[in-house]
Amino acid sequence: MTPALIVQSIGPAATIQDQGRPGYRDQGLSPSGAADLLALAEGAALLGQGADLAALEMPATGGKFQAEGDLRIALTGAPMMATLEDRPIAWNASHAVSAGQILQIGGAKAGVYGYLHLAGGIDAAPVLGARAAHLAAGLGKPVERGARLAAGAGAAGKSGLVLDVDDRFFGGEVRVVASLQTALFDDKTLARFEATAFKRGGRANRMGVEMLSEGDGFSASGQLDILSEVIVPGDIQMTGSGQPYVLLPESQTTGGYPRIGTVIPSDLPKVAQTPPGAEIRFRFVGMDTALEIESARRAHLKTLPGKVRPLVRDVHDIPDLLAYRLVGGAVSAPDDQTWGYDTGFNTGDAT
Amino acid sequence: MADGTGDTFPKIRTVGIDGMLVTFAPVLEDRANRAALAFRAAVDRSGVDYIFETATTLTSVYLRFDPLALSHDALQDRLQDLLAEQDWMEADLPEGRRLWTVPTVFGTELAPQLAEAASEAGMSEAEAIEDLTSSRVRVLTIGFAPGQPYMGPLKSAWDIPRLKAVTPRVPEGALVLAIRQVIVFTAETPTGWRHVGQTAFRGFRPEADAPFALLPGDEMRFEPITPEDLETIRADNADGMGGARVEDIA
Repeated sequence: MTPALIVQSIGPAATIQDQGRPGYRDQGLSPSGAADLLALAEGAALLGQGADLAALEMPATGGKFQAEGDLRIALTGAPMMATLEDRPIAWNASHAVSAGQILQIGGAKAGVYGYLHLAGGIDAAPVLGARAAHLAAGLGKPVERGARLAAGAGAAGKSGLVLDVDDRFFGGEVRVVASLQTALFDDKTLARFEATAFKRGGRANRMGVEMLSEGDGFSASGQLDILSEVIVPGDIQMTGSGQPYVLLPESQTTGGYPRIGTVIPSDLPKVAQTPPGAEIRFRFVGMDTALEIESARRAHLKTLPGKVRPLVRDVHDIPDLLAYRLVGGAVSAPDDQTWGYDTGFNTGDAT
Repeated sequence: MADGTGDTFPKIRTVGIDGMLVTFAPVLEDRANRAALAFRAAVDRSGVDYIFETATTLTSVYLRFDPLALSHDALQDRLQDLLAEQDWMEADLPEGRRLWTVPTVFGTELAPQLAEAASEAGMSEAEAIEDLTSSRVRVLTIGFAPGQPYMGPLKSAWDIPRLKAVTPRVPEGALVLAIRQVIVFTAETPTGWRHVGQTAFRGFRPEADAPFALLPGDEMRFEPITPEDLETIRADNADGMGGARVEDIA
């Protein structure tokens, strides 16, 4: 039998994710896939494997896992407190896990989505060409206690590697391009939108993320008369009250609320990873600039495997909990934070 | 710059950095939907490299492409050339479409809003059933939920509004009606559309090899059955067809 992790406990709405299944928009199915695609690529680089493999996506909190056989793992995305046999282990790093050992992953210290990667990928059966769960569409299910996360083939290789990653776990500036309905908003509204410091709201899931602000909402002209039109991940949708939602990989494929712009792909992981209450600002960039950034994003993904380096003398490796606490500051206990995720709301307009 | 203030159609707009949208009309009109179906087929036939995906909405064609391999300008030029080839609003519907005949219970406690919908349309229940079973509707677009068809147009008497008070739970397979359109729900859904019929037809079958039943442009008609007939169909519905027959439209 292939090595595996057995789930002993797990937070709500953890799912298996990969790069999603684009290509079914004509059938009303959005792509799904990891909320933070960069984290998926970082995990693949740490394990020396393709970014097309599936990993476990853990919103806001992790779980407890026991190894069945020897395997290698990597941890990426929202940094979470992690221990192997009660000993802290580094995030954004790969680790060897021996048969019978217990891996524990706690609440996110920043960001929202943490990722647990297995060497060889998680060997789930593909549906429509991908392993990504799409809960809104009824494809796949949340991973539950007792599940067996089996490693795919080709699991041999190095561990004890680390990767320096782009910070995207505290909010900040997000770049946006004008999109099909931007012209429905007048210049004054667009300027106010750019000048506003939004706070990420409490309503957020893989369909979309709520953005809160003081003062008036952001309305388009003729808002109620707009024919339902195509939605893509990154679209910033204005609800009836003029409050923005940034739509993510499990959004609906069409909608009647106007979109003020679209977050560019390189900044979408930051939106997904912004924790509740953190600040987000939107800035419009021209298409030429956006395409230069996209080119740089793709180049960056290609350089990731070359940036992986051995994990040496990392404080997280020092097997002395007191020393760790002194150096590392406050340590979050596992499962102490479960904010930031809401499985029950829907960003679409009802039919 | 807003829609309807001197803009001309068809209109080409960008969607994010890697999408393009060709819109034939700002409001739903049947010939714009037909134009979208025909134009999408033409884009697919044109075989332009680096277009990864096409789809239709009610009156538009969406294309997803690689903007670093195929420039926005080059794609726009290509689309303008295709648009200039003919009057797409007068185009024939694409080939390869199918006609679905779906057994449907109208009214009864299975579809409790038929009487209300008929009254809104100025018909008796019997007249409404007669009209709905003799109408043939086309899949205008698929969306909101995977595989869920928006179909129409029904005749203008059926231009009835959505309910203000949403019905909290309308089951999978429900035939619902509003604004000259019908939907067969692919999942239990809250809705403001009126529940006029009940089928056992599943437009989305995630467990099947071919999970999506319908394609935009397909046509559907509804064949009246009794609640007992529906029971019989449901007892043997592993394929999700709900007793529907399908034939090619010549």
